[in-house]
Amino acid sequence: MQIYLPIAEVSVNAFLLLGLGGIVGILSGMFGVGGGFLMTPLLFFIGIPPAVAVATEANQIVASSFSGVLAHLKRKTVDLRMGTVLLIGGLAGAALGVIVFNYLRSLGQVDLLVKLCYVVFLGIIGALMFIESLNAIRKSKKSGGRPTRRKHTWLHNLPFKVKFRVSGLYISVIPPLIVGVLVGILAAIMGVGGGFIMVPAMIYLLGMPTKVVVGTSLFQIIFVTAFTTMLHATTNFTVDIVLAVLLLVGGVIGAQIGTRIGVKMKAEQLRIWLAIMVLAVCFKLGLDLLIQPIELYSLGEGGH
Amino acid sequence: MLRLMSLMLLLALPAQAEEEIILGLSQTEIDITATFVGSEILLFGAIRRDAPVPDGNLGIIVTVAGPETPVTVRRKERRFGIWVNVDDVQIAAAPSFYAVASSADLSKVLRPSEDLINRITIPQVVREVGTNVLDSQSFARALVRIRAGNDQYQRLEGAVAISRDTLFQTRIQMPANLTEGIYLARIFLTRDGDVVDEYVTSIPVKKVGMERWLYNLAHENAFLYGLMSLAIAIAAGWSASAVFGFLRR
Repeated sequence: MQIYLPIAEVSVNAFLLLGLGGIVGILSGMFGVGGGFLMTPLLFFIGIPPAVAVATEANQIVASSFSGVLAHLKRKTVDLRMGTVLLIGGLAGAALGVIVFNYLRSLGQVDLLVKLCYVVFLGIIGALMFIESLNAIRKSKKSGGRPTRRKHTWLHNLPFKVKFRVSGLYISVIPPLIVGVLVGILAAIMGVGGGFIMVPAMIYLLGMPTKVVVGTSLFQIIFVTAFTTMLHATTNFTVDIVLAVLLLVGGVIGAQIGTRIGVKMKAEQLRIWLAIMVLAVCFKLGLDLLIQPIELYSLGEGGH
Repeated sequence: MLRLMSLMLLLALPAQAEEEIILGLSQTEIDITATFVGSEILLFGAIRRDAPVPDGNLGIIVTVAGPETPVTVRRKERRFGIWVNVDDVQIAAAPSFYAVASSADLSKVLRPSEDLINRITIPQVVREVGTNVLDSQSFARALVRIRAGNDQYQRLEGAVAISRDTLFQTRIQMPANLTEGIYLARIFLTRDGDVVDEYVTSIPVKKVGMERWLYNLAHENAFLYGLMSLAIAIAAGWSASAVFGFLRR
């Protein structure tokens, strides 16, 4: 069934969009990623104008993350206190990121920079996570799943210590704030919620348990993407509500299914699958940069 | 009444052109609804003559053009091992949609000089501005190639049917990715490649119903529209969670 999108001004197949929303929603619920880094390139591919795709995707992520968070809240796997700290950093970072983005745009080549950002970050995060979780799986097979004791590093000597009961941590608020700001900056530049950076950062930098990480990441993604949606809607008029509805109907259902799959999986398995997915997207984007495109020319809006 | 009077006026005056186009359209406007999948318009008409059929090869050319907008065409080149946009050329104006249908091969029914004056074929309607890029021609050609690939530019030679040297008709398929605006339909009557008569009419293409309402809201009441989008997202997220929670019990 074809539907004409009022803002994007293209006609698309409704069932295709429902399906895409569903698949990305499942991944979102499983891994705690918003799915923007998967969905946005897919929307480009089916012919949605890039500006509309990025803005509408933010709105869809609000829906699937909210659906996912509710499922996680019932299981008490959301660290609200940690989420709030990360969110404060994230919003500050997002505001900074918009300034950086506009500066880069004035220099030109912002598209290339976004793509390079994707390849570099996806590559590093994916590879590190893959190696780490592979080692963890090997170790757990050898010694029958002995929990490793967290090391006491300089991170634990910083001031403003707060108890994060759900995560089982007693650490300073400074590291989560810094993580939040950094992820916020990257999220604004790359036009995504930042889950795929936030999740590994929480696991490896803050030492949070994987089970809590997913819900907490989704919690802060809701607010970051809601903020982004409003920014796009009021400044660029590029949020297509019809497109958003089609994507989010699939997305929210997918997120519920994904959460249930995620809970049944082992932490190491969850991480290795996320790593594989991140690496696959990185590989595809890298190939696009390296292989000669079939069409060398591209069309853009008129004027500079 | 007015038409009749002008017709009589035309008859009274010594006819400037011996032949004249009279046109009909299957639809005078195109409405974009939520389920819009493109539209086919039928253009039909007749050639009115006050004198015996003149000599010369008869040709009919029909063009339909969408609103013109400026376009930036960028070209990728390999730098440091990766493909990046290097050169770009500004196209001053290019129609969002353009179809040119003719009764025979365009080379047979249209002289190049007439094409230049009336801007009929696709290369003529894509206007460049002065650039410092050497082969700016290839950028304009790339624009035509990309849009032709999306059915936005159509060259339909032989698609106009003429019967008994008087009646003609053609169908033009408008794609689903149509943009709003005033579309112009032009019909040219040629004899031995020279334009004898021209007829121009406009076909408005506009969003209607829900499409119109949402588009207006997004532009005129952006803050409210943004809040509405978020409210829908939250409601959908919550209801999915509630439904699944209920199913588990």
